[in-house]
Amino acid sequence: MYPLQMSILSSVSNAASRETEPRARTVALEAHGLSFAYGGERRALADVSFAVACGEIFGFLGPNGGGKTTLFRLLSTLVPLQSGEVRALGEDFRAGTLAIRRRMGVVFQYPSIDGKLTVAENLAHHGRLYGIHGRKLRERSAAMLERLGLAARAGDLVETLSGGLRRRVELAKALLHEPRLLLLDEPSTGLDPVARREFFDYLHHLRESDGVTIVLTTHHMEEAERCDRIAILSQGRMVAMAAPGELKAEVGGDVVVIRAREPELLQRKLMHQLKLASTLVDGTLRIERPRGHELVREVVETFGSEVDSVSFGKPTLEDVFVHLTGHRFFTSEPGEPS
Amino acid sequence: MSDAILQAGTLWWREIVRFIRQRSRVTGALLQPLLFWLVLGAGLTASFRPSGMPGGMNYVEYFYPGVIMLVLLFTAIFGTVSTIEDRREGFLQGVLVAPVSRRTVVMGQALGGTTLALIQGLVFLVLAPFAGIHLSVAAVLLSGAMMAIIAFALTSIGLVIAWRMESTQGFHVIVNMILIPVWLLSGAFFPQTGVPAWLEWPMRLNPLSYGMSALRKALYFGQAQSFCSLTSFRWSAAVSVVFAAAMFAIAAQVARRSSPV
Repeated sequence: MYPLQMSILSSVSNAASRETEPRARTVALEAHGLSFAYGGERRALADVSFAVACGEIFGFLGPNGGGKTTLFRLLSTLVPLQSGEVRALGEDFRAGTLAIRRRMGVVFQYPSIDGKLTVAENLAHHGRLYGIHGRKLRERSAAMLERLGLAARAGDLVETLSGGLRRRVELAKALLHEPRLLLLDEPSTGLDPVARREFFDYLHHLRESDGVTIVLTTHHMEEAERCDRIAILSQGRMVAMAAPGELKAEVGGDVVVIRAREPELLQRKLMHQLKLASTLVDGTLRIERPRGHELVREVVETFGSEVDSVSFGKPTLEDVFVHLTGHRFFTSEPGEPS
Repeated sequence: MSDAILQAGTLWWREIVRFIRQRSRVTGALLQPLLFWLVLGAGLTASFRPSGMPGGMNYVEYFYPGVIMLVLLFTAIFGTVSTIEDRREGFLQGVLVAPVSRRTVVMGQALGGTTLALIQGLVFLVLAPFAGIHLSVAAVLLSGAMMAIIAFALTSIGLVIAWRMESTQGFHVIVNMILIPVWLLSGAFFPQTGVPAWLEWPMRLNPLSYGMSALRKALYFGQAQSFCSLTSFRWSAAVSVVFAAAMFAIAAQVARRSSPV
């Protein structure tokens, strides 16, 4: 049913496998048969299984309501597991919650730093929660501020910082206790494209320099593109897991999208006259095949007046999503309880 | 253990720092009770003549300890609201994924709220002479201790609510239906003496009545003046301590239920 689901660790990216240390081949985070329902009724997650290798950058891509938020809340230990097994850094989620928390850094979608405290005070507070204090705390805090270019703002109240800087403070906070696994929920929320790129550059740098495993959720295609592997979530189910390039290769050739006033009629005509099978997705006709540009000409010449627009292009991750689920990425799905 | 102290300590410290940086909070929690006291005190003094009231006492004086209780209550309510907001999409998220047990988190929050309430209660003590109460040093110390115990209990009640509620919607219902009535029926607003039987029992069973009784007796420490028929200071204080401990235990339990640890 899920043709793109790869065997669990088959496609760890080059970047990760380049690491020579033995832990590069070990698993940082794995889940088996993870399901979750709110109030015992609506299933927010159904039978999700995956494994993330040490040093990997792994993304969960899905539309809002797809189950990402629920998955993040489970993986960050905010919410107890209902069914299924999760292991992180060699510890079981149920038995070793505190041990996992000690070695995991979490960056939330919504701010978790206190605007009424200064940057340094926020870090100090966080450090003490992780049992770090005294000189060790001061040294680590100073080093982290230096590393993220926040040293000059250490004494400023967080509420006076820009969105991009605040995001960096969140990251500094999550890294202060030197976690082996970093979990981020929609990391680029509220960031402009430039800041988003910088943030992602830093994540890559972090993986290269410290070997930190990074797991994130996103609904941005550009972000998903920069992950070693992604898992696609739709309506609480995992519909694919592979490297972005492999997923796009599965779609096959080009994607031609036709807009028409009467798409159903055109769909029948395409089948009848050109022997072309197309799928109707939210009022647009989609055809996946190699040499798409030839098809564009053919469609325009044959059905000129009935067609509003024809476009073609290399498959994007959005096309992958449509290919797998039969509906578009940005449609209104039943929202998760927020 | 030392980690738990460090963790609870830093949560407590954060509450204090925030409080100092938000002056409007200080005035907000003090001004409204002060206004209540002035208006109701002035308005009701002429008609307030319960049996057994010591000579020379009027409603301004009677109501004064009740207003201190109101200051403590308002601080606890404010803390509850900010906890609900913090938990869902704010500061507490980061605390909840840290290697901290929920009991420690609740202890840090309760001690923070208690300290803030105590500071404001002590500020209010400055007004005692205007109520006609002349405080001895022992009375101030004893009252401070009672305020801390009561504030710990009220803050813990607030935390029980905060950890059960997912949003602040409907919170005002709880304030109006539970917290304010509990305050009204604690002897803060009118004495137990002379009330009809159907009202007497709710007042006797109300745990806050014992806190109110102990606070009244502490304010008049060494004087015969206090006006409260409920029970002795020792019993009132003992009930208050048990009440505070029980509320904390419930808050810690409620907080635990929503988490793996």
